[in-house]
Amino acid sequence: MALFEYEFMRRAFIVGLLLAVIIPCIGVVVVLKRLTMIGDALSHSSLAGVAAGLVMGVNPILGAGVTCVVAALGIETIRKKMPQYSDIAIAVVLSSSIGMAGVLSGFVKNAANFNSFLFGSIVAFSDFEMTLVVCVSFAVMLAFVLLYKELFFIAFDERAARLAGVPVGMVNNIFTVLTAITVSIASRTVGVLIVSSMMVIPVACAMQLRASYKRTVIYSVCFAVAFTAAGLYVSYYARLKPGGTIVLLGVACLILILSAKKLLKF
Amino acid sequence: MCVVRVENLGFSYGGEPVFSQVSFAVRKGDFVVVIGANGAGKSTLFRLILGELASPKGKIRLFGDDSRPRERRAIGYLPQNGSLANGDFPATVEEIVMSNLFLQIGFLRFPKKEHREKVRESLERVGMAAFAKRLIGDLSGGQRQRVMLARALVSDPELLMLDEPTSGVDLPSIVSMFELLSRMNGTQGITVMMITHDVDNILEYASRVLCLEKGSLVELEKTQFIEELSHKHKHPARSREGAKRHGSF
Repeated sequence: MALFEYEFMRRAFIVGLLLAVIIPCIGVVVVLKRLTMIGDALSHSSLAGVAAGLVMGVNPILGAGVTCVVAALGIETIRKKMPQYSDIAIAVVLSSSIGMAGVLSGFVKNAANFNSFLFGSIVAFSDFEMTLVVCVSFAVMLAFVLLYKELFFIAFDERAARLAGVPVGMVNNIFTVLTAITVSIASRTVGVLIVSSMMVIPVACAMQLRASYKRTVIYSVCFAVAFTAAGLYVSYYARLKPGGTIVLLGVACLILILSAKKLLKF
Repeated sequence: MCVVRVENLGFSYGGEPVFSQVSFAVRKGDFVVVIGANGAGKSTLFRLILGELASPKGKIRLFGDDSRPRERRAIGYLPQNGSLANGDFPATVEEIVMSNLFLQIGFLRFPKKEHREKVRESLERVGMAAFAKRLIGDLSGGQRQRVMLARALVSDPELLMLDEPTSGVDLPSIVSMFELLSRMNGTQGITVMMITHDVDNILEYASRVLCLEKGSLVELEKTQFIEELSHKHKHPARSREGAKRHGSF
């Protein structure tokens, strides 16, 4: 295919597909714990980190990673103190992140670079960023596989998991950091305004198929990989923004599945 | 052997006393029913025994020793409304039961054939083996409750603690669940402690009745209690005072 003749498109596919594998793995647990807005809060906190990185002359993805981890641990701390109102924790972090990003963006000299993080830039990756995405993706995949049964138990019934001896606090903290890291590297590619959709839409599609937890995870990854590949392909030939195209294809697929379910009554 | 021994236990929520000077012992093989009005502290008592709450007043000894940490494997717990929550969760019956084998499988390890066998056995014990591959959301309230019971039983507990296991479940399922618990108690020697408001149906199976009322716990004579219950059914108005005394039965 012609699009693979270009180095930047080959890189875009590698990065996009790696993210398409790890984002739904995180997304499944986030959705089932009913914390879908956490992706939004963290992506906005990553924007604050990007702005801080650009102002201080540090790699923006590293800046995003640091603010995301701090924000995620902040959400987890507030959630523990007010378990019945975990949405308050998300709202507090979301608004403070937007505030910080707004203030810091005023000091960013290269506005175009800052704006590229809003909707992502999957085709403009440096070698360092490419290596970072590959390493982080494999680390997240490994952690998810190793913590698979613990994350399932906590998502299904946190109290029973604690009573059964699962180190719930530790697993939640590890998961929070994994979520933060995933959001921060994904915000560079699909954009901070879209990353939470990438976390939720493939999982929402998979959940419509009413399968076991294991299959829901596999289907979510398959949907995300399909959306990403199709999105990159379409965006290349139609000259569209890749991040937005990927998400819109995902939404279209979800609408199709919901309509098919209604028509076929399954 | 005493499975649970509670001595002079007291507990307060925010300075408001729930109960005080509560003492009782549950012996191996007992089938104990805990009754009392809403808010009497039945679930709090269970949470103290499970180690979810701590109290500076009194002592709780489990399995004859208070010095070792709570034996998580030795206690199977069925929470209140446990089967009704998360009904739309995408998980099969098998996956849910397997989750409680966490300690046996080990942290960061994967289930083996022996663990899958234990899950199958546990589902067979509650008559749900045929439903292993079904989604939890596709089951009725009674069937879900059996799955939760299988989850509690899969770790081979010596003590089974059930907090209102029949709430939201239809009458045939309630009777069938009590029969199942009675069989396990009688043939497998599993000690049972159960909080319930469904006193009419459970008394046939229970060996002892503990009642939490007005901040203290009393053990009721089962025969006397049954007489009082049958009197209530014959004379509902005259027995209203008795009903108030023993909670909403």
